[in-house]
Amino acid sequence: MPYMKQASPGLQFNEQSIFERGAPGRTAASLPALDVPEISVDRALGVLARKAPAGLPEVSEPEVMRHFTRISQWNYSIDTNFYPLGSCTMKHNPRVNEWAARLPGFANLHPYAPARGIQGALELMARLRDALAEICGMDDVSLQPAAGAQGELTGLMMIRAHFAKLGKSPRKVLIPETAHGTNAASCTLNGLVAVPFKGSDNGACDPADVARLLEEHKGEVAAIMITNPNTLGLFERHLSEIAKMVHDAGALVYGDGANLNALMGRARPGDLGIDVMQFNLHKTFTTPHGGGGPGCGPVAFKSFLSPYQPAPVVVKRVGAGGETLFELDDTRPESVGRVRSFVGNFGMMVRAYTYLREMGPEGLKAATDLAVLNANYLAASLKDVLPLAYDQLCMHEAIFSDRDVKKATGVQTLDIAKRLIDYGFHPPTVYFPLVVAGAMMMEPTETETKQTIDGYVAAMKNILEEAKNDPEMVKKAPHDTRTGRLDEARAARKPVLRFHPKSAT
Amino acid sequence: MSNVNVPDDLRYTKDHEWAKLDGNKVRVGITSFAVEQLGDITLVDLPKVGTKLEAGKAFGTVESVKTLSDLYAPMSGTVVEVNEALANAPELVNEGAFDKGWMIVLEVADSTGFDGLLDAASYRKHLDESAH
Repeated sequence: MPYMKQASPGLQFNEQSIFERGAPGRTAASLPALDVPEISVDRALGVLARKAPAGLPEVSEPEVMRHFTRISQWNYSIDTNFYPLGSCTMKHNPRVNEWAARLPGFANLHPYAPARGIQGALELMARLRDALAEICGMDDVSLQPAAGAQGELTGLMMIRAHFAKLGKSPRKVLIPETAHGTNAASCTLNGLVAVPFKGSDNGACDPADVARLLEEHKGEVAAIMITNPNTLGLFERHLSEIAKMVHDAGALVYGDGANLNALMGRARPGDLGIDVMQFNLHKTFTTPHGGGGPGCGPVAFKSFLSPYQPAPVVVKRVGAGGETLFELDDTRPESVGRVRSFVGNFGMMVRAYTYLREMGPEGLKAATDLAVLNANYLAASLKDVLPLAYDQLCMHEAIFSDRDVKKATGVQTLDIAKRLIDYGFHPPTVYFPLVVAGAMMMEPTETETKQTIDGYVAAMKNILEEAKNDPEMVKKAPHDTRTGRLDEARAARKPVLRFHPKSAT
Repeated sequence: MSNVNVPDDLRYTKDHEWAKLDGNKVRVGITSFAVEQLGDITLVDLPKVGTKLEAGKAFGTVESVKTLSDLYAPMSGTVVEVNEALANAPELVNEGAFDKGWMIVLEVADSTGFDGLLDAASYRKHLDESAH
């Protein structure tokens, strides 16, 4: 039976920028009559008053709706189809999370409301904190960082504070070459120096390498940063041994929790020797990835680091009448300080907590098992036609190489990724991790069905056939999209960063 | 890897820089193999004239649509010339890795380090060995 694509070209609207819509004086807002004395902007602001109008769009409500609806139809999301973007854990975001986040008691809270008026919200934060601490085997958690990368930054700030208290200032951080780029960036922002090393035990960290580096940089190593499983989808099987060596050398172990989806409920980073780690709630705990919007990157730590956590901290007290009271404790003299306004992005905490309660401990274990099973099923289904970078059991994601198809047909990773779009699938992560030539990193997650993964595998196999029979067609993909292949080099070299009106009349 | 262009008159590093000796000056760039791996180059960040470089240490970066990579100095010396054209036309590296895509010229106090770099045959061997 010939392969039938899941996607076809369809009617989509062209849409100009919103500045090109509308007409002078048109408006979507109807303001009430002014009921306070009018003030002169020039008099109130003096030289700061704007000299020319701001050039805002002047559009009606239907124009606004159509504009943004049309643009949204160009988009691809996890709600459209399979999104196997490796390292990103693009799992389904349960709609019950959205229901909980929109409950008026949560959604309408004022950030300046006194603690007495937000007891439920503070209790939810305390419960989420305790649940996350239990899941990762740590003593305490700060929910304040606004994203995983900021959680990393905060964790390293706490490590620095720990050494400062001891009167030391080691500057070096050992980082395997498979690490996410944020690890090195978090070091640099902390004035620390990343020391990269190869994962020479078949992709995983080799204790011998760590021992050599600890000796070479004796007394200068603040920490090692380890992602487990690593970005090759492989479990760092020597982590406990490495953690002991690092601790014996007086340094700490930072765990990048980005890949927690492979461990949740099955292995606890704290038990493996990690001292501090961050969570990415949008990956493992099903908060939205969306649009650069608010994120949440809690940082978990062992109790000796607790004094340095960001303030304020939610604390539980017993009130005068014996009742439980939650308060925000701001008197934390050794804290690294505040890393986000108010208590962090509370809406994400509601969603993550809802997910945890919906799933329950057994559900979380099952999710982890399915995530690993799905990745291995995908790997087993494809590896005969597309070689795995490391042919062994993987955790939550599998990394393939384009080496064979590139040699035989000239078609490479980027071309396969672009051709997948024609088939209605989001491409996998490409050219990462950097240690694999022509890498394709696929992470199906636990929320996909066997049928979906089979459909994706069939599309990949079909594309590899196309590469043999008609390589030029694959190299020019995508063909069925609104716009064809974009000139990525020109976009990077000569980016157009803002709207320029055609005429300045 | 036998089809990759590796000119015989140059010396190489394992990190895919090439070096060309002329008196006490050494011209430096990245190899065709490096360029092929990087894809379209979008930004080349180079040191200023007068900067002192240490052999084996990073002296700049090259960014492509795929990745950002460090550039490593093949020898110790002082930067006496920089390919200013790359600032506005990084594609020159794609168009000619071994000629118009050159990056810097180093003045070296001691040119004997040049002999310690890989010759073309050794670099070809290095490429074959590191191929997956």
